[in-house]
Amino acid sequence: MKPVSLLFVVGLGAAVVASACKPKAPPEQPAPVANADSAAAAQAEAERLAQAERDRLAREAEERAASQRAADEAAAAARAAEEVRNMVTAMIHFDYDKSNVRGEDAGILDQKVAILQANPELRIRVGGHCDERGSDEYNLALGNRRAQAAKQYLVSHGIDASRIETQSWGEERPAVDGHDEGAWSQNRRDEFEIIGGGDNLRRP
Amino acid sequence: MDRWTVSALIALLSLFPSFHLSAQDTSAIDRGVRVGIIYRPGVRPGFVLLPRQGSGLDSARAIIARDLDYSDRFEVITLPGGDSIRLGAPAAATRPGTPPARGQSTTRPGATTTVPSGGGGAQQGATLNYPLFQALGADFALDLTVTSDTLVAALHDIMAGGVRRTIRAKLPAPGQPDFRQATHRIADQLVQAALGTGGIAATRVLFVKDGKVYQIDQDGAEMKLVSASDRQAMSPSWARDGRRFAYMEFQAGRGQLFLQEMASGKRTPVATTGKALDFTPAFSPDGLTLAFSRATEEGTDLYTINVKDNCCLRRLTVGRFSDNLSPTFSPDGQRIAFVSTRPGLPQVYVMAADGTDQQLFAPFDYGVTGSSNAPEWSPDGQSVAFHRDVAGTLQVFVLDVRTRTVRQLTSVGRNEDPTWAPDSRHLAFVSDRSGYRQLWIIDLDTGRIRPLLQQSGARLPAWSPRLPEATSSTP
Repeated sequence: MKPVSLLFVVGLGAAVVASACKPKAPPEQPAPVANADSAAAAQAEAERLAQAERDRLAREAEERAASQRAADEAAAAARAAEEVRNMVTAMIHFDYDKSNVRGEDAGILDQKVAILQANPELRIRVGGHCDERGSDEYNLALGNRRAQAAKQYLVSHGIDASRIETQSWGEERPAVDGHDEGAWSQNRRDEFEIIGGGDNLRRP
Repeated sequence: MDRWTVSALIALLSLFPSFHLSAQDTSAIDRGVRVGIIYRPGVRPGFVLLPRQGSGLDSARAIIARDLDYSDRFEVITLPGGDSIRLGAPAAATRPGTPPARGQSTTRPGATTTVPSGGGGAQQGATLNYPLFQALGADFALDLTVTSDTLVAALHDIMAGGVRRTIRAKLPAPGQPDFRQATHRIADQLVQAALGTGGIAATRVLFVKDGKVYQIDQDGAEMKLVSASDRQAMSPSWARDGRRFAYMEFQAGRGQLFLQEMASGKRTPVATTGKALDFTPAFSPDGLTLAFSRATEEGTDLYTINVKDNCCLRRLTVGRFSDNLSPTFSPDGQRIAFVSTRPGLPQVYVMAADGTDQQLFAPFDYGVTGSSNAPEWSPDGQSVAFHRDVAGTLQVFVLDVRTRTVRQLTSVGRNEDPTWAPDSRHLAFVSDRSGYRQLWIIDLDTGRIRPLLQQSGARLPAWSPRLPEATSSTP
C-alpha cells in the first residue's frame, strides 16, 4: 500500500515536472490535442458556464416576471386608486330650486362614505353649483345649501365634519353651456374635489 | 237706549261723508279767484327746443333733448329742421292771446317762430311768440346759447308768457371728460325748474359683465370699466352720496366685499370678511353701515358692519333652516327689506334695521307664487321692486309699501334684478326680450321701455343716486 502510494506520488510529481516543462516544449508540436482529462475539465467548465447562463437567464426572466408582476400590481393599484378617485369626485345633481339629495344620488354619496372610511387621511371639498334659471344672487345661497346638503349626508353617515369643506359657486361656473333644461339639469350639481390624502387611495 | 241709537246714527253718518258730497250741486260755477293745478290726465307738458347753432351747442342740445325725452315727463315737440326756420326779429312783449307782433307770415306752423336773435347770453328779458308755441302744444320752450365757455339755458314758460328760469353753467368743451355730465346736470336743473322735481340725467348705472364692474351713463353713453380684477365681481351697490360703491368678488369660492371710490378708483376690502362667502352688500342711507349676506355651514344670514370704523360685526338674522339674503335699506334707514326662504321658497320680508320685528313684506300665495328675489327699496320709500318667478321665468314686480300690494310690471321675456332711478319712477333691469340678456329702462308712469345697453351678458345693474359734481370716475 505504502509503496504504491509512493509510486503514485512520484508519478504525479513526474507529471507535474513534465507539465511544468511544457512551455519549454518546441512550438512545432502537433496540434494541441487535449488529453481526456483536460477535455473533461473544459467540458465541465462549459457545462458550468452554460448552467450559469441558464441560471442568469432564468433569474432575469424571473426578475422580469417579478417586475412585470410589480408593474401589473402597481397598475392595478393605480387603476383602483383612479377608480376610487373617480368615485370620490363623482357629481350629484339637484332638482330646480332644490337642495335635497335625490334618492338616486344617495348611492353615489354612500360610495364616498365607504371610501372616506377606508382612507382616513382623505379630505374633500364640496362645491355647490346652480343653473342660470334662478336669481343670480340667490343662487349663491342655494349653492351653499347644496354643498351643505352633501356634507350633512356624509357627516350623518359617520364621516368627521372636519374632513369636508364646502363652497358655493352660485351659477358662476356652469359645467355645460346652454340655455335649456338639458344644460340646466347638468349644471345643478355638487362637485367633489380631493384636497388632502389623495395618494394611494384604497378600495373600501 | 235712545241716546245710544242717536250717537250710533251720528257715527254712521260721519262714516259716510260722501253722502254730503254727492248731494252737492257741482254744476254751479263759482265766480271769483281760482287757485289750483291744471291736471290733464294722460297728457304731459309739451317742451320745445328752439333751434340754435353755435360751437359746442349741437352736442349739448342733442344731449339735453335726449335727457328731457328720457325723463318721460315731457312731450318733446320737434320743430322742423333749423334751416327751414326763419328766425324773426325779437318780438315786443308778446303775451298769450295777442297776435305775433312782427312774425313772418307764412302758412306753416312753426315757421313763424320768433326768437331773440341777440345770440348773447342776455336772454332774461327776451320773449317768444308765446301764442304760437301754445298752439303747438308747448308748455315750455328752451333757448340754448353759448358765450365762450358758458352755456345759457333760458326756460320759457309758455302759459305764463315769460322766462321762468335762466341757467348759466360753465361747460367743458365737447369731448372733455366732464362735458356730458355737466350737460346732464343742466338738463336736471331744467326739469327741476319746469316741474319742481329732480331729473335723472346726471346719473349712471353700474353693472356686471364678464365678471367685471362697468358703468354707463343713463342715456347709454360712455360705458366704462370701473373695477378690473381677475376675480369674478358681483352685486355692485351705491352709497347714497354717489361717491363710492360696494361690491363682491369671488376668491376661490369665498366672497370678499370691497368698497371702491368712484373718483380715485381706490378700493379697500371690508374688514372681517374674506373667510366666508359674503355677498349682496347694501349701504345704509347714512353710509356708515354695510348690510350683507354671509353663507356659512348654518346657511345664509344677514349681518351688518360699521364701515367707517371697520368694526362691530352684527348678526341680524338667525335662520338655521332658512336662508336670509339681499338686504336693502329703507331711505330713512329704519327698516331693511330682504329675501328669506323661511316659507320654503325665497320671498320678500322686512325687519327693523336692528333685526327685530321680522315679517312678510310682499304677499304671496303659498304653494302657488314662485320665488321672489332681488328686492330694492325705492329712494322715495314708497315702493320695493323685486323679481318673481312666474311660470318658470322671472318678471319684475313692485310692492306698494303702504298698502302691501304687489303689481307685475313686465310680461315679455325674462326680466330681473330691477334697480331704482333716483326719481323713483324709472327702473333699470335685465331682460332677454330682445333675444339676449341686456339692460333696459322702464318708466313706471308711462310704461315706456327703452334699451340702456345693447350688449349681451350685462347683469346685476345698480342705478346711482344723483351724482355729485366731483365724480369724474377716472380710475
